Amino acid sequence: MATPVVTESQGTVATVPGARRGASARLRQAASTPPGRLRVAGAALAALVVLFGAVAVEQVSTRATAAGRVVSGSEPLSQDAAEIYRSLADADTTAAAGFLLAADEPAAVRQRYEDDLATASRLLSEAAARTGSSPGAQRPITELNRQLPRYAGLVETARADNRQGLPLGGAYLRYASALMQDTMLPLAQSLVDAESGRLDADHGDASSFPVAALLLGLVALGALVRYQVVLFRRTNRVFNTGLLTATSAVLLAVVWLTAASASAGAALATSRRDGSQPLRELDHVRIAALQAHAAENLNLVARGSTDTYTKRWSALVDPLNAPAAQAGSFGHAVAAGRPDAERPAAEAERAFADWLSRHRAAADKDSAGDYDAALRGTLSSGGNDTADAAFTTMDRKLAEAATAEQHDFEAAAGGVDGFLEVYAAAAAVLTALAVGGVLRGIGRRLAEYR
Amino acid sequence: MTPIMRTVRARALVAAVVLAAGALGAGSSQGVPAGAPRTASTAPGLAPMADDGCDLTASEPPAKNPNGARIRKIRERGSLVVGVDQNSYNWGFRNPQTGRIEGFDIDLVHALAKSILGDPDKVTLKTVPTARRIDAIKGGEVDMVVRTMSVTCDRKKDIAFSAPYFRVTQQLVVPRAAKATGFAEALRGKRACVADNSSSQAELKRDGRGTAEVRTVENQLDCLVLMQQGLVDATLTDNVLAAAQVAQDPTVRLVPETIAPGYMGVGMNQADTDLVAWVNQVLAERKANGDWRASYDRWLAPTMGASPDGYLP
Repeated sequence: MATPVVTESQGTVATVPGARRGASARLRQAASTPPGRLRVAGAALAALVVLFGAVAVEQVSTRATAAGRVVSGSEPLSQDAAEIYRSLADADTTAAAGFLLAADEPAAVRQRYEDDLATASRLLSEAAARTGSSPGAQRPITELNRQLPRYAGLVETARADNRQGLPLGGAYLRYASALMQDTMLPLAQSLVDAESGRLDADHGDASSFPVAALLLGLVALGALVRYQVVLFRRTNRVFNTGLLTATSAVLLAVVWLTAASASAGAALATSRRDGSQPLRELDHVRIAALQAHAAENLNLVARGSTDTYTKRWSALVDPLNAPAAQAGSFGHAVAAGRPDAERPAAEAERAFADWLSRHRAAADKDSAGDYDAALRGTLSSGGNDTADAAFTTMDRKLAEAATAEQHDFEAAAGGVDGFLEVYAAAAAVLTALAVGGVLRGIGRRLAEYR
Repeated sequence: MTPIMRTVRARALVAAVVLAAGALGAGSSQGVPAGAPRTASTAPGLAPMADDGCDLTASEPPAKNPNGARIRKIRERGSLVVGVDQNSYNWGFRNPQTGRIEGFDIDLVHALAKSILGDPDKVTLKTVPTARRIDAIKGGEVDMVVRTMSVTCDRKKDIAFSAPYFRVTQQLVVPRAAKATGFAEALRGKRACVADNSSSQAELKRDGRGTAEVRTVENQLDCLVLMQQGLVDATLTDNVLAAAQVAQDPTVRLVPETIAPGYMGVGMNQADTDLVAWVNQVLAERKANGDWRASYDRWLAPTMGASPDGYLP
């Protein structure tokens, strides 16, 4: 965008003798005569205007690119990373559910597990193939690609042992889950962190105000006005059309620059407030709930041999169940949502409450020695009054709310890169116009010396 | 599985008189030590005495007194509440096909319910976490614990035990490919696996036997997972649980040498002398009428050998 302007201006400036030769002696010599001074002043003004134009175009283009990256690059990537995490956590939860249902495992549960692995695997290979991935993202991607088949193998061994009635199956499933919880999910988390970090950086790049361009614009404007006043005092001519044109063009470019940058910043801030930030909170809640559900299932797989999972359940659910004022709580994530996400989010919160009360009822059954009732209350094939059913409803509603937030994000941030690009093009044209004006204006005065 | 119990047992039993313990041979094609030569070490029939002098086999004389306080309470409730395990294969484990908890210990639980309540199914089986078993007995949460529970002198200070119903030792599980026949050979320079807080762990702490590394896991069964993954070379655990591992994986076997002999008993509240006496009566009846043997044959013979002589107290 910036290149043609520079080329054009160089060509134009080169026609003004003396200005480009650079030797200070020549400059001083040239400046010692009135036409020489005019030439030097004209060259300086033109250079200032070109500099302003170049910086404005460059800075705004950079912001347009960053805004484009936010919408079509880093935001989807950070959502992909979150989805990798979610699929892996969901696979762990679903594997435990299928294990508990054993012979009664419905095809849908098996399918969900398969889909989770397929999604994680697809997103991981996409992420690995993407050359632009941040360096912080490559290591977890490679490592996850290595661990995923290992995890799947352990789960299959657990299933096979369980089908033969061997308690070893439960030990295998807990081993697989430990691999997921202690190794794979932390890797997925570092991927999420890398991608969110990049989103934040792009967001910052896109919405930062182009201060240098604005300052240069004001300096150019001041220089043009001041030189016209000087000329007026010297020649008593009120108007110099060329310089006036240049002044108006630069003024327009500066005002437009300010307006465009401010509105882009506002739109991006909105996209963050209404889109990516609530989305991040929803993702967090959804994933914490998933892991709590995995702990709930694994506690039944462990059959009272350890209290690891009841502890993990509490560690995950207590913060979710905290008052809405507390960040990280379910209520907080729901309250942060936008109107169109509000309804599914509120429904998710109700399902969350159902889930907790059903979990408590099942846990009471378990501690009363009725393992079967605890299992039936937690999950059963086709049962819709189980803790699992409430969890599934909650998860679906959270997904709906997330989709709504995603739309809000896209609506707010979507056009930003476009109108910044329009500005960059306009700034180039206005700069050309202003340079032309300066040269014409100075040329008119020079002609008077001939 | 039974960390506290084993820690205590280690202290009590390591110094105990060596008892006739049927050493399990490396056996048949299925890793089953059936028909393996038994090498009774010393003086069979001599009760092990711990170093603090308690008699591990001492308990209430067998009797059925329907007027006992605990028995009356159980009959009023109509259900025998028993703390069990769901993960000890062939002892107390949940059969995923039937959803029922089954095994050698569970047979005993049903026999006790039949004797006390007239119906073998009038039982409430509770999985009590290992660390809470003594509290569950003392607090009256369960009437008894039947869960491959070893009798130890330390434990006897807190709870009452029935007469012994099984003899236990500690044994090593190794991959079939390993040629070791004794502890020294199986452990020197090898990676061993033990359950956390178990007497096996205490044993290896006391005498590492040249192990290169000791992996500690939550549950002895986790050792089998690690062994199948090629991450450990030998697992030290109770012979009954070791046999349960072999039962689940024919590619591993028991090393014949055994250490630290002891007994298994039913744990009960010290105040419930009527219940302890009743349990002892049922245990004696089961020994006499062949039920103990039938249960052994059903659950344990395939992996622990056709002859139960080394295990019957």
